[in-house]
Amino acid sequence: MSKKNLEYLINRKDNQYEVVIGLEVHAQVLSESKLFSDSATKFGADPNTQVSLVDAAFPGMLPVINEFCVKQAIKTGIGLNAKINKRSVFDRKNYFYADLPQGYQISQFKDPIVGEGKVILDMPDGQKEVGIERLHLEQDAGKSIHDLDPQNTFVDLNRSGVALMEIVSKPDLRSPDEVSAYIKKLRSIMRYLGTCDGNMQEGSLRADVNVSVRAKGSKEFGTRCEIKNVNSIKFMQMAIEYEANRQVDLIEEGKSIDQETRLFDTKKNETRSMRSKEDAHDYRYFPDPDLLPLEVSDEFVKELKNNIPEMPDDKKKRFIDEFKLSPYEATILVSDIDTAKYFEEVVFKMGKNKDMKLAVNWITGELFAVLNNKNLEISQSPVSAKNLAILVNLIKNGTISGKIAKTVFELMLDGDKDPQKIVEEKGLKQQSDPKAIEALIDKIINDNREKAIEYKQGKEKLFGFFVGQAMKASGGKANPQLINEILKKKLQ
Amino acid sequence: MSIDLKTIKHISKLSRISVDEKKAEKLVGDLNSIFDFIEKLNELKTDNIEPLTSVAETTLKLRPDEVKSMNIREQIVKNSPQDNEDYFVVPKVIE
Amino acid sequence: MSDITKQSLTELVKNIKDKKLSSTEVAKAFIDRSEKSKELNAYITEDFTSALDKAKKFDQKPNLDLKLPGIPMAVKDLFCTKDVKTTAGSKILNNFVPTYESTVTDNIWREGAILLGKLNCDEFAMGSSNETSFFGNVQNPIDKDLVPGGSSGGSASAVAGQLTPITIGTDTGGSIRQPASFTGTVGLKPTYGSCSRYGIVAFASSLDQAGPMSQNVKDCALLQEVISSYDPKDSTSIDFKRNQYSKELTNNIKGKKIGIPKEYRVDGMPKEIEDLWQKGIEYVKDCGAETIDISLPHTSYALPAYYIVAPAEASSNLARYDGVKYGFRAKGENLIDMYEKTRSEGFGTEVQRRIMIGTYVLSSGYYDAYYLKAQKVRKLIKNDFDEAYKKVDAILTPSTPSSAFKIGEKTNDPVSMYLNDIFTVPVNLAGLPGISIPAGYDSKGYPLGLQIIGKAFDEQSILNIAFAMEEKINFRNKITDWWIK
Repeated sequence: MSKKNLEYLINRKDNQYEVVIGLEVHAQVLSESKLFSDSATKFGADPNTQVSLVDAAFPGMLPVINEFCVKQAIKTGIGLNAKINKRSVFDRKNYFYADLPQGYQISQFKDPIVGEGKVILDMPDGQKEVGIERLHLEQDAGKSIHDLDPQNTFVDLNRSGVALMEIVSKPDLRSPDEVSAYIKKLRSIMRYLGTCDGNMQEGSLRADVNVSVRAKGSKEFGTRCEIKNVNSIKFMQMAIEYEANRQVDLIEEGKSIDQETRLFDTKKNETRSMRSKEDAHDYRYFPDPDLLPLEVSDEFVKELKNNIPEMPDDKKKRFIDEFKLSPYEATILVSDIDTAKYFEEVVFKMGKNKDMKLAVNWITGELFAVLNNKNLEISQSPVSAKNLAILVNLIKNGTISGKIAKTVFELMLDGDKDPQKIVEEKGLKQQSDPKAIEALIDKIINDNREKAIEYKQGKEKLFGFFVGQAMKASGGKANPQLINEILKKKLQ
Repeated sequence: MSIDLKTIKHISKLSRISVDEKKAEKLVGDLNSIFDFIEKLNELKTDNIEPLTSVAETTLKLRPDEVKSMNIREQIVKNSPQDNEDYFVVPKVIE
Repeated sequence: MSDITKQSLTELVKNIKDKKLSSTEVAKAFIDRSEKSKELNAYITEDFTSALDKAKKFDQKPNLDLKLPGIPMAVKDLFCTKDVKTTAGSKILNNFVPTYESTVTDNIWREGAILLGKLNCDEFAMGSSNETSFFGNVQNPIDKDLVPGGSSGGSASAVAGQLTPITIGTDTGGSIRQPASFTGTVGLKPTYGSCSRYGIVAFASSLDQAGPMSQNVKDCALLQEVISSYDPKDSTSIDFKRNQYSKELTNNIKGKKIGIPKEYRVDGMPKEIEDLWQKGIEYVKDCGAETIDISLPHTSYALPAYYIVAPAEASSNLARYDGVKYGFRAKGENLIDMYEKTRSEGFGTEVQRRIMIGTYVLSSGYYDAYYLKAQKVRKLIKNDFDEAYKKVDAILTPSTPSSAFKIGEKTNDPVSMYLNDIFTVPVNLAGLPGISIPAGYDSKGYPLGLQIIGKAFDEQSILNIAFAMEEKINFRNKITDWWIK
């Protein structure tokens, strides 16, 4: 792999710096009820309407763990090619905050449910492996709202107690692009598994970003800063860019970097120290005496393993082997589970005599453009996989030309219409009768005798003119291949 | 070992209990006498002993993923010191 | 029928079932006596009007198949009771009214009992004399200005003073057995996991257990049968086969092997305690049991380990009392100021002291030296018992190193106060069942108790041994009703 030219480095007068990044991703577990209580997890409910006595930490209330959340974490661990720990322990992380009703967060500190694993990133210059340090289960906190009242803070506990998976990477990432690819890959894996919806706008995926810099070639890690709770890939990239440069500037000025927690200000595009909280940073972890160690059997894990769906890396390999797609095409199609599902349905509906390349081009070309324009997910696509398959088949078997297909596609957008019907109703069927086309061409040559002579004398670019005329005369429906063949013959 | 005034102030911060000088000094005395008594544990060698975190010799039971607790906001905010139908209300958080 | 309040629970249940007494009559009798007994300060919250209503309702449609048909009962104010103020003896919960019921009290009401009110206790159950309660000292019915023990001091006082036929307390380090011993009553701390902790204000989660406090062993067995249940709402509740303790109760303990641990003969133990223990040994032998000298070598480390584990858990369990969601809130300029003032004004001295100890032993750099060390010592203590139980069925010890002391006598010396629990704490650390029964008097005529410690989940054996001993001891509590004018 030649990586040199794509390396992300920060350049100063005499020095080059490498950026070292590790991520702590918080992914909300997809589940009906919370990690330790039986209230709902739905997004966007009225404040404090999804709060149980346990979530609000009433006296004498006790946590009882949700089996499904445990399974979700283990499944995610399997998806990350990680070691599943058969015994894990829940600890209390003690600190005071208005939206932390218990005065502690139940998390896993020493013995997480999932140990070391890895994910593979597809970068423009090849594949890159990123190590996973661990994955553990923990409770989310509630929400403090500071802008409803000038004197007071309002607290909504709907999110309090929702299950989160904290996925900690090794410090293996080296650029904002790799961070982007890593987050996308994690999201893809979890969406394949159905363990997290990956929705960053709703906060179901957010990350703390650890950034340090070091002189290029150095093996030692620099002092790192943690940028808390960044909730979009773009912001992560901006925060890293800013933070790395800030650290390099300090080094260049001969100053030292404080290990600290920082905040990314999205308006000013800068990171800021959160020093005021520093003095309270002694979480006094200890095993939660309200819970016992979580033990899972080999059978429990095996059962989950057996039900893991085909994961993006495997799917990609299959698409390349079975459908003869290029690695590039396959990567695009598998990156999101819904895209992969759509593509596979198109493949299935195309039947035996299918044109895979054509299908891929239509999905990644026309369809993606429309989705992009309308800001839709593929799961909300105005054109169903079935109808797209029909359209591709119509092109493949010569019923319509690629050009006409674009017109048909436009018409399909309104109510997912059957392309076959559109072609029939609008009379868009391709003119493929050689005799009719011959007659049409004869007439055009007759009407443009001089140009025909010029062509025969060597002005070859006039061929396009005749094709255009023939197309025009047929109302765009003539089979372009036939036009070509017949024209060539007639103009000899 | 001995616990000084500085330590008392630090742990009072961590435990979010304000202490004035007088209270802090009293705590220094109390805690030192208690820790003198606790230090007896140092007589024991415990290097190869597994810590016992729970005497309940069983494993964690798992509950099914079912929503049972419905909207009980009225009950939840009923006891809160500052009245509000929808939210818990606290003095402004200063970062 | 005169002197209803002098009857045991078993007698009251029989009389109600035989329709010789109505629930209303019984409730009235205990309410009347409670009204006359305000000086004991046993109650924090009285619920008498509602109790009478419930008794009348019961009498209109009595269900006599229940185990506690129409029996009025006051409970320690650490159990959350629906729509009845629950304070845990603390200012910080002074105005807290739960919208839910603890599993243990729920089990009791389901069997037909009726809530009389909530009984005084040390603040968050932290204390051995009931002197840390925000609601004031409790008087021991045995003598004026004598502590009833703690933390279930109000409960012990109410049972000894016959303000309630029976009650429940909670025991984290001796909080049922020590006050039972101080008041000449019976108190059982069940095996950890036997009674659900759901709805009980937590002190130290890995040690807390609810249990019955009664006038005699049979009553104790009956209430234990009612309150012990497997509860899916408590992850530490254990699903084991529970006995019908009162039905299976027997005084036949022939051939039982009773261990006598030499380490409980501590320095400076009063001779009368030593003598009582000797008498206890004679009693069990008289009952046909065999005594065997055993060793529990790590006994003296139990109390120091306990004073790490319990405060550590408490410091975290009590973090939820922050003035945000319920309870007392002090005025503060900002959130942190509000927290610090609320907790400083809302918690009493002893609670603050323990929160500080707990915070310290968990804080960064000290965890291994204290908390981890204590958990290892806890393992050693449990191993001691496991080893002993290979040879014996139960263990007999004194309940406390002294009889009840005067109010104010030990308030300025936390360590001497803590030493009260020296014989009871190892039982909590090992999660075992232990019962204290009244077994004699000291020179002042104050009651003294003996403790029988059982194997995990074997409450039946210690109840049987206690039952057999009770017959031989034939203890009579010397209550003069000094507080009733």
